[in-house]
Amino acid sequence: MKRLKRLKRLKRFEAVEHTADVGVRAYGKSRAEVFANCALGMVSLMYDPESVRGSGRARIEARAPEEKALLVAWLSEILYLVEVEGWAFGEFVVDEASGTEARGWGVGEPLDHEKHRVSGEVKAPTYHMLELAERGGRWEAQVIFDV
Amino acid sequence: MSLLGFVQEVEKFTWQISAGAQEGMRVPGIVFGDRELLEKADADNALQQVANVACLPGIVRASLAMPDIHWGYGFPIGGVAATRVDEGVISPGGVGYDISCGVRLVKTSMRYGEVKERIPELLDMLNASVPKGLGTKGRLHMERREMERLMARGARELVAKGIGWEEDLEAMEEGGCYAGADPSKVSDRAFARGKDQVGTLGSGNHFLEMQVVDQVTPEAEKLGIFEGQLVIMVHSGSRGLGHQVCTDYIEVMNKKLEKYGYNLPDRQLVCAPVQSREGADYLAAMACAANFAMCNREAITHWIRDCFERAFKAEARKLGMEVLYDVSHNLAKQEEHRVDGRTLTLMVHRKGATRAFPGNRPEVAERYAETGQPVIIPGDMGSHSYVLVGTEESLEKSFGSTCHGAGRAMSRKAAKKRIRGEELKKRLESEGILVRAGHPAGLAEEAPEAYKDVQAVVKICEGAGLSRRVARMRPVAVMKG
Repeated sequence: MKRLKRLKRLKRFEAVEHTADVGVRAYGKSRAEVFANCALGMVSLMYDPESVRGSGRARIEARAPEEKALLVAWLSEILYLVEVEGWAFGEFVVDEASGTEARGWGVGEPLDHEKHRVSGEVKAPTYHMLELAERGGRWEAQVIFDV
Repeated sequence: MSLLGFVQEVEKFTWQISAGAQEGMRVPGIVFGDRELLEKADADNALQQVANVACLPGIVRASLAMPDIHWGYGFPIGGVAATRVDEGVISPGGVGYDISCGVRLVKTSMRYGEVKERIPELLDMLNASVPKGLGTKGRLHMERREMERLMARGARELVAKGIGWEEDLEAMEEGGCYAGADPSKVSDRAFARGKDQVGTLGSGNHFLEMQVVDQVTPEAEKLGIFEGQLVIMVHSGSRGLGHQVCTDYIEVMNKKLEKYGYNLPDRQLVCAPVQSREGADYLAAMACAANFAMCNREAITHWIRDCFERAFKAEARKLGMEVLYDVSHNLAKQEEHRVDGRTLTLMVHRKGATRAFPGNRPEVAERYAETGQPVIIPGDMGSHSYVLVGTEESLEKSFGSTCHGAGRAMSRKAAKKRIRGEELKKRLESEGILVRAGHPAGLAEEAPEAYKDVQAVVKICEGAGLSRRVARMRPVAVMKG
């Protein structure tokens, strides 16, 4: 039971059921952490982030008028880096996530279809059923992706 | 919330959701389907989404849903909404991220029975020739100038480069070039995502299939379709370029939402007046993405013809490899329709729905004047696909629209939990369907069980008068990203 509780506390993200598309529910102790975990959840829809070993770093910056739009912008930025620059990120470090600006790093290596067990593409994060909230010091986010 | 209490059957296969079902609905909802399908759509939140779309400013007649309706983001998949161009809105979410995602069918003059032994070799050649999957670069590398010309001129630009045939253009909606495209409205980011992706399949539900025609009606002959014929189906869209155009303009319109004072039940329905700067810019960028998508399918067709030419050591023209038709099932189009006895200019949003015009519409190519516009309906990989044609009745009932496919019945997560990709591959191969897929999990997500029965969907479309069946095809070889 203790172990289960610990696992639950450590859970960074999980998949959400949606008929046509897929969603991610992410958790964290701060907005910054939930942004990082949500990003990890998104890339896990494309490849296996645990297979990423490299320590290359790519700067990620996003701006938006409010925090939910910021989360969408942040994820869109990462999608761009994966698709255009060919990154496979295994970890995300968020230095700052205010309500309107997020800055951080993606840590990883060049994407390799075999090594990273690529399973599909994400077209975009959507605003449908988008959630981002803090409850009692715990942050949760939900994003539905078009895949 | 269930909306079944607000639904009544007004005609066979036609259910109306009253405009009082939800606050803010400007018109009723209409769902084409049977009771079972309707109940499933209700349980799936999709009826709620039909009601939400009915709140869009300037929507006329009804918020419609085709029989392959299922829960989408914002619009339901299978949703059709027509808004007035003079006082209505355009909603990028009503088009979707994969702008002009669509299907085309390439014919051959060969009988499957005669070339059956060559199929594995052909599938391997196609698999090696058509790039697929995440972040894969295409075989055409274009500078920004070339990309701009391609987005402005559509498939004509590719044909001028020797990729594709002149006569293919007539078999595409808008003759292969969606009007009003302005590449200056496409962001650098969208350019970057699209520039190496012309002629790439993508992943998810996108595929390339070799199929055999196994049922025809007498009309099939007029379309050059015969029983036993080997045909090739391509399902792909505007790739990263379209995804980014949608992302960009949802952000643009989100910032202006207050200015227009729209109160929308779902933020994904964000919109702007067709006549506004934001609306016009989106439409100009959307047209670029639509042209890109048609070019993408045209380039893939070119590689397919090339493979067949190499395999059979004969010219593709001699092998009868004409495009039957190329349809988009995620697009907004300006069209004229009769509403309450008046002809109105409307912006018809089709999100997971296909245009299905009768032959007398000016948009339909001369060669299909007699039959009506061909509509290509892909099934899932274990079941049949269909060729339908548009009808006069669909103009009256659904702004000339019909379904776009089987529609999902199971989430991707559930499919992956229940089905193992490797086992599925073996099962399909035991049924005579060869499979080449990028990753087993990706394959499991697209398993036949995850989809509704396409035959039932097509039957309802026919029963409701939205389109007419002409041919049925069975898959023999599937290639997925």
